[in-house]
Amino acid sequence: MTETDGAPRSLALGGRGCSNCPVTPPPPTGPADGGAPVGRRLVLGMLGLGAAGLATAPYLQKGLESFLGAAADKDPTGLTGLLPNGGGFRYYSVASSVPRKGPDTYRLTVDGLVDRPATYTLDDLRAMRQTRLVRDVQCVTGWRVPRTPFEGVRLSALLAAAGVRPGAKAVRFTCFDGTYSESLTLRQAGRADVLVALRMRDEPLGHAHGGPARLYVAPMYFYKSAKWLSGITVTSEVRPGYWEKRGYDVDAWVGRSNGRDDAPTV
Amino acid sequence: MPPRSEPPARLRRFTRAERWVHRATAGLTLLCVATAACLYVPQLAELVGRRHLVVTVHEWSGLLIPAPLLLGLASRAVRADLGRLNRFGPHDRRWLKAALRRDTRHASRPAGKFNAGQKLYAGWLAGAVLVMLGTGLLMWFTGLAPLVWRTSATFVHDWLALAMGVVIAGHVAMALARPESRRGMRTGTVDRAWAEVEHPLWAREFHHRRDLENE
Repeated sequence: MTETDGAPRSLALGGRGCSNCPVTPPPPTGPADGGAPVGRRLVLGMLGLGAAGLATAPYLQKGLESFLGAAADKDPTGLTGLLPNGGGFRYYSVASSVPRKGPDTYRLTVDGLVDRPATYTLDDLRAMRQTRLVRDVQCVTGWRVPRTPFEGVRLSALLAAAGVRPGAKAVRFTCFDGTYSESLTLRQAGRADVLVALRMRDEPLGHAHGGPARLYVAPMYFYKSAKWLSGITVTSEVRPGYWEKRGYDVDAWVGRSNGRDDAPTV
Repeated sequence: MPPRSEPPARLRRFTRAERWVHRATAGLTLLCVATAACLYVPQLAELVGRRHLVVTVHEWSGLLIPAPLLLGLASRAVRADLGRLNRFGPHDRRWLKAALRRDTRHASRPAGKFNAGQKLYAGWLAGAVLVMLGTGLLMWFTGLAPLVWRTSATFVHDWLALAMGVVIAGHVAMALARPESRRGMRTGTVDRAWAEVEHPLWAREFHHRRDLENE
C-alpha cells in the first residue's frame, strides 16, 4: 500500500486527486447540499439593487450631498471628505511627482507669437492688478464645489503686456509638473473670467491646488484650469492639451460639452 | 473485507484549479482596490499621481476579476463548490441564527463545506462585482449611455465600492484570524479535527465515502 502524508492511497479516487491529497471529497450529494438557491437570489438581488440604485441615484445623490455637505462643515476629523461626494476638491495629478515652487523659484514665461516675451516672478504677478471671482467649480467627473473665490491676474492683461502678433489664434499653457498642458483660443483667453490665479478661498494657492500659480478658466470644466502653470505660449492654432488628447473636449464650456448638462459656471 | 484503515489526518478541501481561481481573483481584486484607493483617497492620489496609468490599471484589473472564475468553470470541482455555495439548507439557517445571537458554540453552528456566512459572502460579493462591472463600463465607455446614467453609475460605483471595501476587509481579517482556513486555501488540505469542528457536515461526508468503499 502506498502512503502519502500517512494516508492510505486507496482512499483517493482513482487518480483524480493530486499526489498529496489523502482523500478526495465525494460528489456533492450529501445531506449538506440540498436547500434553496440563496446564492443565486443574492446575486440577482444585488443586480436588482444596482439597477434600482442607478434609477434613484439622482434623488439619493441630492439628499446625500446636502446631508454630507452639512456634516463636512461640522466635521473636525475630515473623514467625511473620504465619503463619496462628501464635498470639496479632489486631487488629480497626471505626473508622478510635482516639484514645489515658491517665490524664489517660481517663474512664468510668456512667449510665442508675441512682440515682447517676458518672464514673471511671483512678486511681479502679485504687483499687477488683481481680480477676484467667486463661482462654482465644476469637474468633468461630476463633483462641484460651490462659490469658490479665486484671485489673480487676468490672462488678457499678460497677453496685452506681451503684445500679441497678427496671425495668432490660440494660447497654449504648460506646467512645471512636466506633463500637463492645456490650450484656449485667443478669444477664450481674452475673457475677463480667465485668470492666472494666485489665491484661492482668499488664501495663497497651496501646492495641492496647483500653487503657487494656476490657470483659472471660470466658465469651463476644471481640467482647463491647469495647475502649476509655468508657460504661456501664443500659437497660430489650438493644440489639444493632455486630457484633450485622451478624448475630452477642447471647448470645455460647463454644461455645453463633454456630453454633460451641468449648470453653467459663468 | 480489508481491515478498516485509520482515518486520514488531512482532508482534501480545494483542488489546484480552485486554489488558482482564488489566487488569481484575489490578486486582481487587490490591484483593483489598491488603484481605486490611489484614485480616490486624496493623500494617496497626491503620493502616487500618474492618473492616466492608475486609471488604466484599475479599469483592466476590474474588468478581469470575473475571468479566473469563468475559466475555472471548466473544472468539475469549481462547479461543484459553486453549487454548494448556492444552496442554503436548514442547517445554514441555524448557523445564521446562532451567528446573529453571537452564539459561538460549535454545536449550534452546523455547517457543510461552506458555512452560511461564507455562502452569503460569496453570493453578495458575486452580485456586487457584477454591479461594479456594469457601472464601471458605463463610466469607462462614456458613449454607451446618456449622461444621467453615467452620473448615476458613478454614484452607485462609489458607494458600493465603499461597502465592498468593508466586506472584503472583513474577509481578509477573518482569514488572518484562521490559520487552518488559510492553510486549506494554500495547500488544498485541512486538518480532519478542524473540519469536524468547523464544517462537521462536510467532514461527515468523508465517512459516508469510506463506508461506501468498505462495502
